[in-house]
Amino acid sequence: MSIAVLSRRQRATDGATLLLVVLFLWQVLYEVVGASALSPPIATTLNAWMMLASADFWPNVASTFRALAIAVVVETVAGLALGALFGLNRLLGEVVEPVIMAFYAVPKIVFYPVVLMTCGIGPTSVVVFAVMHGILPILLFTMNAVRAIRPIYLRTGRVLRLNTAQTMWRIALPAAVPEVFTGLRIGFAATMLGVLLSEMFGSKNGIGFLLMNAIGLNQVKTIMALTFLLAGFAALVNLALLAVDRRLHRRA
Amino acid sequence: MKPATWIRLAALVIVVLAIEAACRLGFVSELTMVPPSDMVIGLVGVLRSGEMRGEIATTLEGIALAASGSVIVGFLLGAGLHALPRVRASLDPVLATYYAIPTFIFYPMFIVFFGMNRIPIIIIGFMFAFVAMMTSTMNGLDRVAPVLLRSARMFRMGKAATIARIVLPAAAPYLFNGVKLAVAYAFVGVLGAEFILSGSGVGYEIAFAFNGFDNQRMYALILLVVVVVATVNGLLLNRERALLRRRGA
Repeated sequence: MSIAVLSRRQRATDGATLLLVVLFLWQVLYEVVGASALSPPIATTLNAWMMLASADFWPNVASTFRALAIAVVVETVAGLALGALFGLNRLLGEVVEPVIMAFYAVPKIVFYPVVLMTCGIGPTSVVVFAVMHGILPILLFTMNAVRAIRPIYLRTGRVLRLNTAQTMWRIALPAAVPEVFTGLRIGFAATMLGVLLSEMFGSKNGIGFLLMNAIGLNQVKTIMALTFLLAGFAALVNLALLAVDRRLHRRA
Repeated sequence: MKPATWIRLAALVIVVLAIEAACRLGFVSELTMVPPSDMVIGLVGVLRSGEMRGEIATTLEGIALAASGSVIVGFLLGAGLHALPRVRASLDPVLATYYAIPTFIFYPMFIVFFGMNRIPIIIIGFMFAFVAMMTSTMNGLDRVAPVLLRSARMFRMGKAATIARIVLPAAAPYLFNGVKLAVAYAFVGVLGAEFILSGSGVGYEIAFAFNGFDNQRMYALILLVVVVVATVNGLLLNRERALLRRRGA
């Protein structure tokens, strides 16, 4: 009944079957809707490969990754600090939680004009918009993880006369690591969405800009190849993070 | 009211007043942000004139279709996969990765498929939402305690009765969580898609006001979205708490 019963080989076969089914359906869909709407699997892979080989693709990749990296650093530091603070201080946590939850549920895109008007078109607004997406999962997961720390750990900290910063760094953080990492993983995915959306509207370079350009010119091949590369990249990063995530949770 | 609620209200009032003061005193330019009181006046004006009634109805209809479709399809797929563990195991990496892939990147493809109309927008909302419902359904069904199923057998319940009287109520909190997520994701998907590339709906009107430097209207509409989403979300959260309280959790 459970997943563990399946052998490694069976799982590999099932995975390969799934992949073949998806490719088959993709090809069938292509035969139905035609080249004006879709490019077939093999051609898309080749187009993506050619894109990777072309020189003018990489500056855009670099600018997207720079924004992504800055946003991840900023939101991780801020999210961890605020999450630990709200988690350790019950009253403060109770005060801010509903506000954060409400903000979490609002589509961030409606704030995009506000970001653009305060930060201007360019890398700053890309980073700010990405941080708006990514910081909330990190903050919420950290807050809940810190709240779930067994009180005896914190009492030990008090016995050892640690101050707030030491308590956070030496006790709260290590105890909360598995949950916090889950937050970081989800936050990363949200950050990537933020960077891409922001580049689509408020930037003159980056992968999002390339995508928007291709949409404007109705270049189906380019759209599909970019989509393919983005989905592949997001999936790979997520699977890698997921593997770390599961290991941390098992250890805990 | 609890002290935390008072503090929260007071803090929100202070923040809004501070923004109002910053705008009125000229620390924040009129081009960047309009004072909160003007946002409210703008919103009241927009609602009273009725000019936006059509757009609001269009957007809410899209969200409702995307949310209800994804709840139904997500539940059926979740239940189906729960019954087929082997298919589920091979889909596991796909489901775990699903929300890491920005769904909006498929929007241009949908426009090519379905044309510049409401269908791609509703499909984006649906795609955002149905996987959350699906995973919640599987979670809920996984967590139905075996002892409950054994009691059903003791009472000689048939399959239909077991599902209706034991399985569904036992999984209800998870199912409700799925519904809550599906509604939130449908909002994000539909408004986002409207904002990006479309000619209708509240999301489009925000983008349009933005492009036309019509700040008061833009902020009024942003306020409208925030109020509606916060209200819907708050109502669902309350229902969920009531559901959990009744079960003594």
